[in-house]
Amino acid sequence: MVTSKKGSALTMVVHATVLFLVIMWTIPTAGLFISSIRDKDQLSVSGWWTALSSSEQKIVYRTPDADSEIQENGLYVLRGNLLEGGSGKVVKFGISSLKPEAFEPGTETQDRRDVTFKIMANGDYEVTSEKSFRRGVRIFYTAEVPPRFTLDNYRTVLNSEGLGQSFINSLTVTIPATVIPILIAAFAAYALAWMKFPGRALLIAGVVGLLVVPLQMSLIPLLTAYSKIGAIFGIEAKGYVGIWLAHTGFGLPLAIYLLRNYISGLPGEIIESARVDGASDFVIFRKIILPLSFPALASFAIFQFLWVWNDLLIATVFLGNTEESLVLTGRLRELLGSRGGNWEILTASAFITIIIPLMVFFGLQRYLVRGLLAGSVK
Amino acid sequence: MANVKLTNVKKVYSNNVEVMRDINLDIQQGEFIVFVGPSGCGKSTLLRMISGLEEISDGTLEIDNQDVTHVPPSLRGVAMVFQSYALYPHMTVYDNMAFSLQIAKMNKQEIDAQVRRAAEMLQLTPYLDRLPKALSGGQRQRVAIGRAIVRRPKVFLFDEPLSNLDAALRVATRMEIANLKESMPDSTMIYVTHDQIEAMTLADRIVLLSAGNIEQVGSPLELYSNPENVFVAKFIGSPAMNVMPCVIESTGERTAVKVADKFTIQSPIASPTEDNGKSGFLGVRPEDLVMVQDGDAALLEGEVSFVESLGEATLLYVHVPGVTDAVISKQQGTVNIHKGDKVRLTALPEKLHLFNQDQQSYRCL
Repeated sequence: MVTSKKGSALTMVVHATVLFLVIMWTIPTAGLFISSIRDKDQLSVSGWWTALSSSEQKIVYRTPDADSEIQENGLYVLRGNLLEGGSGKVVKFGISSLKPEAFEPGTETQDRRDVTFKIMANGDYEVTSEKSFRRGVRIFYTAEVPPRFTLDNYRTVLNSEGLGQSFINSLTVTIPATVIPILIAAFAAYALAWMKFPGRALLIAGVVGLLVVPLQMSLIPLLTAYSKIGAIFGIEAKGYVGIWLAHTGFGLPLAIYLLRNYISGLPGEIIESARVDGASDFVIFRKIILPLSFPALASFAIFQFLWVWNDLLIATVFLGNTEESLVLTGRLRELLGSRGGNWEILTASAFITIIIPLMVFFGLQRYLVRGLLAGSVK
Repeated sequence: MANVKLTNVKKVYSNNVEVMRDINLDIQQGEFIVFVGPSGCGKSTLLRMISGLEEISDGTLEIDNQDVTHVPPSLRGVAMVFQSYALYPHMTVYDNMAFSLQIAKMNKQEIDAQVRRAAEMLQLTPYLDRLPKALSGGQRQRVAIGRAIVRRPKVFLFDEPLSNLDAALRVATRMEIANLKESMPDSTMIYVTHDQIEAMTLADRIVLLSAGNIEQVGSPLELYSNPENVFVAKFIGSPAMNVMPCVIESTGERTAVKVADKFTIQSPIASPTEDNGKSGFLGVRPEDLVMVQDGDAALLEGEVSFVESLGEATLLYVHVPGVTDAVISKQQGTVNIHKGDKVRLTALPEKLHLFNQDQQSYRCL
């Protein structure tokens, strides 16, 4: 009975930790998403957690000038609506910048020049004066605006901010840069795990050694090599092929290591049985190894995809910073510089950037832990 | 369906460890051969060398009178059933059985016919669409056997196919394998096991291996009644034969030996004169040792140190002064003997086994 108590206490801790992690992860994501679909004016005055309640905005309104005044009973009158047809209601108003919340709507007040202000809660106003208005008068009011959700932010960033192009660039970089290393690594892992050839142990040691080489070390030599090779074929050093190869190279050691560990853990008798059945190494690989190591392949695919998608350094070095080749991370960095105050732009861009990783993660997550454990423990 | 011939076959690992020494074996077509021996004796290695999964370091292997020493496994015409079944876990039973035929590029109808025939034979037809994980251990082993059958191999190789099954299933599957052999009288089968009951019940001939050597080849009863040496004598039979050191006192047509400096025993086994006075070994199976009353001539006397009642038989562990190991006697049924009782044991002279000081049997010299 003691063990079960211990077990339940442990389960409680596990559950609490999971809950904590879920909250830590979900709240910022939800906040980002809600922010990105809010109206930009509301976004700038209140936090995303108030998104469902109406927000108060302090606004200065200037009435039209003398051209639109009308004469009634010998008085000059300006009529209109502070909210200009929008929804919401006026909760306070004032006629001087010193006291912008001096009066309740529905009351009348006069300023020093005997101009009478009458403002209703729905925003209708009537400004009356004995003399003609030379120019419009200012009305300070506080309006309570109901929440408004819009996809305008997304429309803006996708079209005018160039995020759409960057999105496509990112996909163009990421998909081949995920598929190519997996293909190569799976072949290599099978050979290193199940084929006998001289120097195999040395090769494995080499792969493990490459795991710890920092990629920054190889940026300049690689780029130099690229430009020399590019010169031979008469093509630009910076381009998609270059970045695919770079990501492939940087991803391969981990990929080979993980997959080899997994594949060498598969029962040897299955492979021997296939060999007695007459299967060649290639058939064994394709028909037996690949289907059985799908969890490991999927888990590595997630890693490589996320790493390439979120990469800024390699993209900047091997693809450049031009308008048409900028990937999402690069574009986001540009936007932070140029549109740092426009939260609606930044949140929408950020959310577009994380959509694909989220989809990949949720699509393959059930393989993630399983594949990782199987690959590392065994 | 073919014969298998091993000539001077050796296996040496790269670190110069010799695991198989000079194996010579001639297996006829249609024979059921069982390799048996203690663990580590090289029986699985020998089987894997015949299958081609393990290289043959020296010597030749012929299957169907063709030298296949360095031929890859798939071209030797062998099919192997593994201890762990080695089913392809992501394929259905049907695909598991059809796999080798698909690789051989056989046409679809023929594959289908073969698979269904094998499934029928092994009562697997209702399970053809299942994955291996949805089958019981016995069914999995039948699929593994079915996978071997569809290939119509010249030689079937079984590598401890029953050791993963529980006791009841093992008996049932053992009988199925015996029936299978009966239904395919022309096929040659080589079967590896460490279980002597499997070896005794299934084999036409048993090959008893120890430490990379063949100790004896022969029919199960031959090995039981005429063991060539002490190792075979002790390995075959359960409980193991009692083997006691003795001194040879007279030689010739009949041999007399003295055990524990006390009991002189006459046996009708001939021995050469030059061995007179040398040491040797006397063997007697527990089931041949019977109790005698006081007064009758006894082979051995001693005090019971332990009693095991099995129901159908009772095992008496008898401490005979001067003999290191306890002498085991197997009595039919239950007997009223307790620890500490004195017993007198004897055996028919023709049931005795005599070995010289090199542990070789005098009967076979």
